[in-house]
Amino acid sequence: MVKASSRWTNLAFQLLAIALALVFTSLVMVLAKADPLEAYRNIVVGSVGSINKFSDVLVAWVPLLLATSGLLVTYTAGLWNIGVEGQITLGAIFTTWALRVLQDSSLPAGLIIAIGFLSGALGGMLWASVVAFLKIYGGVNEIFGGLGMNFVATALTIWLIFGPWKRPGIGSMSGTEPFKEALWLPTFTGLRISPWSLIVGIVGIVIIYLLLQGTYFGLKLKAVGRNRRAAFLLGIPTTQYMWAAFLLCGLFAGLAGAVQVLGVYHRLIPSISSGYGFLGMLVAMLINYQPTWAAPVALFFAALNIGSIQLPIVMKLDSTLSGVLQGALVLAVLLMDGVRQRILRRR
Amino acid sequence: MDTALVIGIAGILASAAPIVFAAIGETIIERSGVINLSVNGAILLTAMAGFAVAVTTGNVVLGLLVGAVIGALVALIVAFASITLKQSQVAVGFVLALLCRDLAYFLGNPYMGLSGPRLPHLPIPGLAYIPILGTVFFQHDLMTYLSFVLIVLAYVYIFRTRPGLMLQGIGERPAAAYVRGANVNLLRYIYTIVGGALIGLAGPMYSLSVKAGWKGTISGLDGIGWIALALTIFGGWNPLRAALGAYFFAFLQWLGLVLQPSLPNVPSQVLQVAPFPLMILTLLLVNVGNAEWVDRTLAGLPEQMRHAIARVLRAMRTSPPAALGVPFEKE
Amino acid sequence: MNVELINIHKWFGPVHANDGITLHIPSGVIQGLLGENGAGKSTLMKILSGFYQADEGEIRLDGKPVKIESPADAIRHGVGMLHQDPLDFPPMRVVDNLLIGHRGGLFPNRAEAIRAMQDLQARFGFNIDPYAYVDTLTVGERQQLEIMRLLWLGARVLILDEPTTGISANQKEKLFATLRALAEQGMTVIFVSHKLEEVEELCHRVAVLRQGKLVGELEPPYRTEELVKLMFGKVVVPEDKTHFDSKEPLFRLENISIEDYRLQIRDVSLTVHRGEVIGLAGMEGSGQRQFLQACAGIIRPVAGEILLDSKRLTGRPYREFLEAGITYVPAARLEEGLIPGLTLTEHFVLAEPQEGFVVNRQKAAALTTQRIADFSIKGMPTSTVESLSGGNQQRALLAMLRQPLNLLLLEHPTRGLDIESTIWIWGKLKERCRQGTAIIFTSADLEEILHYSDRILVFFGGKVSQPIEATKTSVEELGQLIGGKGF
Repeated sequence: MVKASSRWTNLAFQLLAIALALVFTSLVMVLAKADPLEAYRNIVVGSVGSINKFSDVLVAWVPLLLATSGLLVTYTAGLWNIGVEGQITLGAIFTTWALRVLQDSSLPAGLIIAIGFLSGALGGMLWASVVAFLKIYGGVNEIFGGLGMNFVATALTIWLIFGPWKRPGIGSMSGTEPFKEALWLPTFTGLRISPWSLIVGIVGIVIIYLLLQGTYFGLKLKAVGRNRRAAFLLGIPTTQYMWAAFLLCGLFAGLAGAVQVLGVYHRLIPSISSGYGFLGMLVAMLINYQPTWAAPVALFFAALNIGSIQLPIVMKLDSTLSGVLQGALVLAVLLMDGVRQRILRRR
Repeated sequence: MDTALVIGIAGILASAAPIVFAAIGETIIERSGVINLSVNGAILLTAMAGFAVAVTTGNVVLGLLVGAVIGALVALIVAFASITLKQSQVAVGFVLALLCRDLAYFLGNPYMGLSGPRLPHLPIPGLAYIPILGTVFFQHDLMTYLSFVLIVLAYVYIFRTRPGLMLQGIGERPAAAYVRGANVNLLRYIYTIVGGALIGLAGPMYSLSVKAGWKGTISGLDGIGWIALALTIFGGWNPLRAALGAYFFAFLQWLGLVLQPSLPNVPSQVLQVAPFPLMILTLLLVNVGNAEWVDRTLAGLPEQMRHAIARVLRAMRTSPPAALGVPFEKE
Repeated sequence: MNVELINIHKWFGPVHANDGITLHIPSGVIQGLLGENGAGKSTLMKILSGFYQADEGEIRLDGKPVKIESPADAIRHGVGMLHQDPLDFPPMRVVDNLLIGHRGGLFPNRAEAIRAMQDLQARFGFNIDPYAYVDTLTVGERQQLEIMRLLWLGARVLILDEPTTGISANQKEKLFATLRALAEQGMTVIFVSHKLEEVEELCHRVAVLRQGKLVGELEPPYRTEELVKLMFGKVVVPEDKTHFDSKEPLFRLENISIEDYRLQIRDVSLTVHRGEVIGLAGMEGSGQRQFLQACAGIIRPVAGEILLDSKRLTGRPYREFLEAGITYVPAARLEEGLIPGLTLTEHFVLAEPQEGFVVNRQKAAALTTQRIADFSIKGMPTSTVESLSGGNQQRALLAMLRQPLNLLLLEHPTRGLDIESTIWIWGKLKERCRQGTAIIFTSADLEEILHYSDRILVFFGGKVSQPIEATKTSVEELGQLIGGKGF
């Protein structure tokens, strides 16, 4: 009885939070002298207005979902893996590297793509392991280690694009030379979304769900995240679990980077991560770090991203509007959750 | 002394000024026991807003003021969410960092690339013409002078004054501060807002002086706020040491610019990130002494070596206010 | 100052912590407030000192009704409280501790504060360096500092909450002398304790609380049986001392040295037998904690050998100690022992050896129900540990211990628990001893150490005494020893 009523109050507060975020974003648009309703309409049309648009949403959904899945593991371990952005980037770099090495070989295209995925995972894990090492053996907070590595990853991408991997002639911000079409992830006819990347994304979140919800690994990871000292004293090898969390998240982030290269851009571009790492952190916060709602919320965020792409053309608005709405949404949910708990405490 | 070097040093002092403001602002906030991770977003947003206001009104002081107000408002959200609502300070700060950044890019769109007013240089009569010293210290704009004042003021306030002692107290052991008459949560609100205003001044200091103008995502400001946060730790929550860190950071940036011509193959973006790994390294130095494996390894070493290493580690180590990030409830 | 508490009521949720307490304390008196843990003494004193507001009732100071809103408000009214764990700022200097919260101009006058402090030190025979850092002081010295601070702020009523826990016999003597001197000067002193002898020795009158009610007021000469009966509601017969010491060697320390950045323990040797209980006595921070943690393999000694039976554990990681049947139970239950946010079921699953990859929920549920019954824990399998009371958290910690165990290392196993829980917990522990487990434990309560140990080690500033047979010493002697006598 109590449970049911608290679920309804929860929902009420969440709806209130959404309303608050919409009001805030509308005010921001009014400040920018834009018509909010027009903008929202454009976002909706731009994301689910046609099957093509929706397939674009799915294209964004997969890497975002992969990043979120990985982040759920580090969050469970009590770690703020802000370095996820760099881990995605390194995944993309490693995938590009593998493809560059193998593209002229006689190996079948499918195998090269598979190696591309594996290399991406490896790259993400490599970058995550730097942060893990700094955290575990150097006492450097993962937030700062991760941020530093993000900047290094960005610099590395740019150096590669303008240096060793530059296009024939002159390097440019448009990225490296695209791979031949045989090395692209095959898509549904006429659409940009590939069934393979959908499979990777869905299998990924299912694995994370099962891992965190029912296994000893998930429970111990949670113990490490909630109280590392007590977990250690209980005999849980906390260092190994932290390593595992970082590496697993790096693996998923690396896969996201691989999908960006193999299924979306078919080359390395300067902002290859598309900000999905930070966005994944927002998604994870919004779902209170529980995997159950990861897929739908990530889909919603992906739709906002895709839907706002048209804004600069149609309304002369910056497409970061989606970021404003997403940030406002998470902030409002956090605040409303605080208000709800405060009211409950009062009672 | 070489004039290029003298001008270089003066330039470092000026370009470090906003970081000094941000790092000291954050130091004050964290001293009171609150973590404010929103710095990076706040600097971007206030840089944009300060510039927009200055362009529109032609008044740079108004631009600075708007920056301070917005910075204070962002900090107020952090304070409200963490002190009153007891939400995760890291989560709220991080969301604000992203939200403010996107707000800056979204709202700043119409002001991209406009040319606007700059903070005027105010050479101090008399002092400005002292050889070397005059160039280094007395030919700056108002905010750079204020950055010097702020370092001294913040240091004296925290360590020498009565309210400063209480500020240390509420971050160290709020329950003990409470029995001594402190309204812990009110003080935390005040210091968070004051610190936020200082951080908010850093933004316009960039867009009206150090990196004048607003260029959206390529303004080169993204990341500065995180550096300021790292400097707070590196500085051991001491404004003097944090400011030294800021000057060191500005020096590295300057070095990157100076070295650029001699390294034509390295894209400028690569040299610009050089300070970040170095920042990690300095954090490593001040934190490694806290790691558990160090104690275990030390215990296995011969006595003299053990004591020598332990002394070095302890000298470098900084430890945060004991109640940092912990909400206070009087039971 | 005359203190009148009239019909004080205080509820915490369903718990009636103070139930209509009326107490009148004239000035110049040392008033004892006796009761066991959880009887409501601390609540009553926190109401008088402004920490809590009473739900009903009135406080009068010198006959004038007052409303005390906060601790700072209390001190303005002349009421100062010394908390069991002194509320000071460990990483700061003594003089700054005095200055924080003291009114005055922007720049504090350190010289004046030091002068005032030295005056007070001379008056009571204290000896604290004003420029020392507080975390280098003993608990006794920190109490002295707090007393001086409260007096300097003008306190005329001094409340002391269990002040004798963790201080040496010497410091206790000095404390009692100070309190007597203060009472003679017209100060009102309220001495909160659950220790009968101390109350009998010091107090001019005693009020006894039980389950939130004032159950009796007495004046000397006190009859101990009467006090006991008032305190517990019945005549409590302390359980018999039981010994299971087998003289069969189990755990051996050979010339162990432990180092920490402020403490050095040198050259300790000890052989622990199966079924034996060893108590570690000493003031807080004298090295007992480091010693326990070294025995547990958590910190690594810089020299010496650790052996269990004939297995050499020196320098091995903590997990190997754990697998060898050595378990450490920390004092800070929610900080180090349990995991807030996790349920009782999840704790028991974590404490058991892992079986397979997926958690068997049915088995876990059955196990939890069983443990909750065995250890009479008041809580549901789905209760998160932070929602349990302190006593039930301690029971949960014991319920998580594996079977069998060789060596059990306990830090303050009964701190803050009432007498029934304490007796119950020691019953469970002694059962372990009967099965051959050896126990090493620390406690600030010398009586507990004397009562339950077979042998005792006394710690003082990192120095460790030879093992003392519990039958051949007394609380008085231990009190002297922990203060450094004979080191």
